[in-house]
Amino acid sequence: MDMAVDGAVIKQHLIDPEICIRCNTCESICPVNAITHDARNYVVRADVCNGCMACISPCPTGSIDNWRTMPLVKAYSIEEQLNWDVLPPELTPGELATEGVTAGGEAGVARPEAPALPAAVTGEVAFNAAAFGATLPPWSAAHAYTNLYDLKAPTTATVVGNFNCTEAGFENQTHHVVLDLGSMPFPVLEGQSIGIVPPGVDANGRPFSARQYSIASPRNGERPGYNNISLTVKRVKEDHQGKPVRGLASNYVCDLRVGDKVQVIGPFGASFLMPNHPKSNIVMICTGTGSAPMRAMTEWRRRLRGSGKFEGGKLLLFFGARTQQELPYFGPLKNLPKDFIDINLAFSRTPGEPKRYVQDLMRERAVDLVALLKDPNTYLYVCGLKSMEEGVVLALRDVAEEAGLPWETLGAALKAEGRLHLETY
Amino acid sequence: MSGFDYTDKIPNNVNLSEDRALKRALEQWQPNFINWWDEVGPEGSTNFDVYLRTAVSVDSQGWAQFGYVKMRDYRWGIFLNPGDDARQIHFGDHKGEKVWQDVPGEHRANLRRIIVTQGDTEPASVEQQRHLGLTAPSMYDLRNLFQINVEEGRHLWAMVYLLHKHFGRDGREEAEALLQRSSGDANNPRILGAFNEKTPDWLAFFMFTYFTDRDGKFQLAALSESAFDPLARTTKFMLTEEAHHMFVGESGVSRVIARTCQVMNEVKSDDPAAVRAAGAIDLETIQRYLNFHYSVTIDLFGSDQSSNAATFYSSGLKGRYEESRRSDDHLLKGQNYKVLEMQSGQLVEKEVPMLNALNEVLRDDFIKDSEAGVGRWNKVIEKACIAFRLKVPHKAFHRQIGALAGMKVAPDGRPMSDDEWATHSKASLPSAEDRAFVASLMKRVVDPGKFAGWIAPPAMGVNRQPIDFEYVRFN
Repeated sequence: MDMAVDGAVIKQHLIDPEICIRCNTCESICPVNAITHDARNYVVRADVCNGCMACISPCPTGSIDNWRTMPLVKAYSIEEQLNWDVLPPELTPGELATEGVTAGGEAGVARPEAPALPAAVTGEVAFNAAAFGATLPPWSAAHAYTNLYDLKAPTTATVVGNFNCTEAGFENQTHHVVLDLGSMPFPVLEGQSIGIVPPGVDANGRPFSARQYSIASPRNGERPGYNNISLTVKRVKEDHQGKPVRGLASNYVCDLRVGDKVQVIGPFGASFLMPNHPKSNIVMICTGTGSAPMRAMTEWRRRLRGSGKFEGGKLLLFFGARTQQELPYFGPLKNLPKDFIDINLAFSRTPGEPKRYVQDLMRERAVDLVALLKDPNTYLYVCGLKSMEEGVVLALRDVAEEAGLPWETLGAALKAEGRLHLETY
Repeated sequence: MSGFDYTDKIPNNVNLSEDRALKRALEQWQPNFINWWDEVGPEGSTNFDVYLRTAVSVDSQGWAQFGYVKMRDYRWGIFLNPGDDARQIHFGDHKGEKVWQDVPGEHRANLRRIIVTQGDTEPASVEQQRHLGLTAPSMYDLRNLFQINVEEGRHLWAMVYLLHKHFGRDGREEAEALLQRSSGDANNPRILGAFNEKTPDWLAFFMFTYFTDRDGKFQLAALSESAFDPLARTTKFMLTEEAHHMFVGESGVSRVIARTCQVMNEVKSDDPAAVRAAGAIDLETIQRYLNFHYSVTIDLFGSDQSSNAATFYSSGLKGRYEESRRSDDHLLKGQNYKVLEMQSGQLVEKEVPMLNALNEVLRDDFIKDSEAGVGRWNKVIEKACIAFRLKVPHKAFHRQIGALAGMKVAPDGRPMSDDEWATHSKASLPSAEDRAFVASLMKRVVDPGKFAGWIAPPAMGVNRQPIDFEYVRFN
């Protein structure tokens, strides 16, 4: 990670003008006078806010709790904020990359500390799952290369495979896409991601920003010994609220044909990395295309196992999707030996059956999960939609606490030792 | 004695356990308060466990503690914002002097009157809202109603604390009287008009919390500037809680509008009858409710010209909204302000001494703040691609107090003849039929995550809980 850049990145505190009712509570409670207002909006001075969180729980609307990763020099001024009707969108990893901000480099981000752990644990203060995510990799992780290519100088990959890895004939497709990097250096590790730059310009004549995808293949290539990587890309047809929207990049990627050239940047990410020491256990919790890094890690372990040179730890997978038909890699997953990986699938939209989520499965498997949580060689990985994060971490907390493992201690250790990794979007 | 454990049950930062006189006064008053709550507090709610926010201290960690509470056992605390020894009076004739920790003899009657008037509104709104729980549109809304109810109760405690602590026997008698007056009672009504009106349905409740609780915000804000430091500090803390009340109002009306717009687009009609037939509240009715609550509320600011207002300001008892943010001389002598009056059938502006017009100044600040929220409601309508826009009526519409009282002025500010007024005032205010229609929609929906058909769900739950969280356990 580029340390010179880290200091220049902030998590900027913003107030959502669509939800804020201009009640003045935050301004009156802020101990450092970081908040001010005009007749239109309440705004936060980025250079004054110290992220003490004193304003968060008093806010009656929740509009106060918005944070954007921003290069310090690009932080929104109060003059800009005063003119907003809605919050601007998050900068994409591609946009951040052009500003010199690493996508996986949250370690350097001055994110305000969440309320102290004991308060969060008692539930008196809202539970902040993200606060428990590690910012450092496991001690036995391999060294990751990051940011070899950025928007100013992307590299070119050739599509060598592209197929639907969900059951054919169903509405929601997820594609398995294989890219060959030719002779260009692009060393990757399981858990890292890359950016794809769709061709063309937007309505304002600016090039499209890059979209970030987790790598689904292990370090020595989708095809072992080749300079290629695979991605898991869902064709986006609706937004998070279910409104129809055609995802620009995802449709571009899903429609690629073998032989097409694409612009890629990256690799990104230096903490969501797997442990490599013998007997290290991996607990994987994912939904949908959040399975990509899990596939990569599982495949690497499978190849090591085949070589007979590695004494493996346990693999425990909790995998959720709306239906079995939408679950990426359902077929290949079923073929993995039971003594190699312990697979638990949750479907939230199977007709005629109650909704089941990954956290329900985790609670059902509490006994086995606790045994693993007690082992300092266990590493946990969570990847999927943002909305799963809190439920999953809360389930971990409950499972641990019920077994007499105080989350206050365990959660802090998981974070400090690089053993709980959260990657949600 | 009641056997009531004061240190445990009344979270406070006024050193209650060592103030024997205050403790004794509250010991007398507290059982009467509980009787009052049982008699006129939220109907049929005694056994409910409600997911409520309780303040146990004034710092950011302590003032919003969430958990299940039986409302009768709510810990009505007494809190003053942290004091500042160096604080000076920053407006009026005593500007630059040290603020008062005790009531100066010459201002005793006026301060008592101010505190009693403010205190009287707190139990009044609990009384006005006592039946609403029976027709709650969701468990989420029911919980918000109860939160408001207990906090109004706490605000009463805050005012009673000042009366007990600083006004001796008079104060104790006034504190008793606060429990004896009753909203809408012909013989012993609440002091201010709007607090004797009914809050018959949830649309009225949301309008009340949006407009009338906003009057509370402005009055509290003006009092939080006071030279009488305990009043300033207590009202400052009340403002933090008041914010939730206005949130309930603003988001409540906004959700009603969102649902109406959704229904209009579904039935592809802007005909009020079609919207009503589909079980939503037509925008025209919402506008009439708005006209009513807005006009009743702006009366609460009092006469546009008032020598009392001038006295309160000059003597440092009550400042202006955001006094310390203003850049004038904070004395206002020799300055003028424009007020409206009717001259030969026309509304005209008239310059009057600003000191006498401070009620009008506060009213105009309120109007600006209210309009901003109405603008946000209109954004909801705009997003649904519907041409209708809500508007706050003219300041002179439907007034009962001040120079504009009884003037026949249309919502758009046009003076009207008696005949015109007779027909148009009906069209601009909720009719008996409007109210009956809205009442017909008020069916209790309290399964977690379910919402009545006339209101959209909120964007997020309370304290980051999910929307279908069990906010009330009925037991």
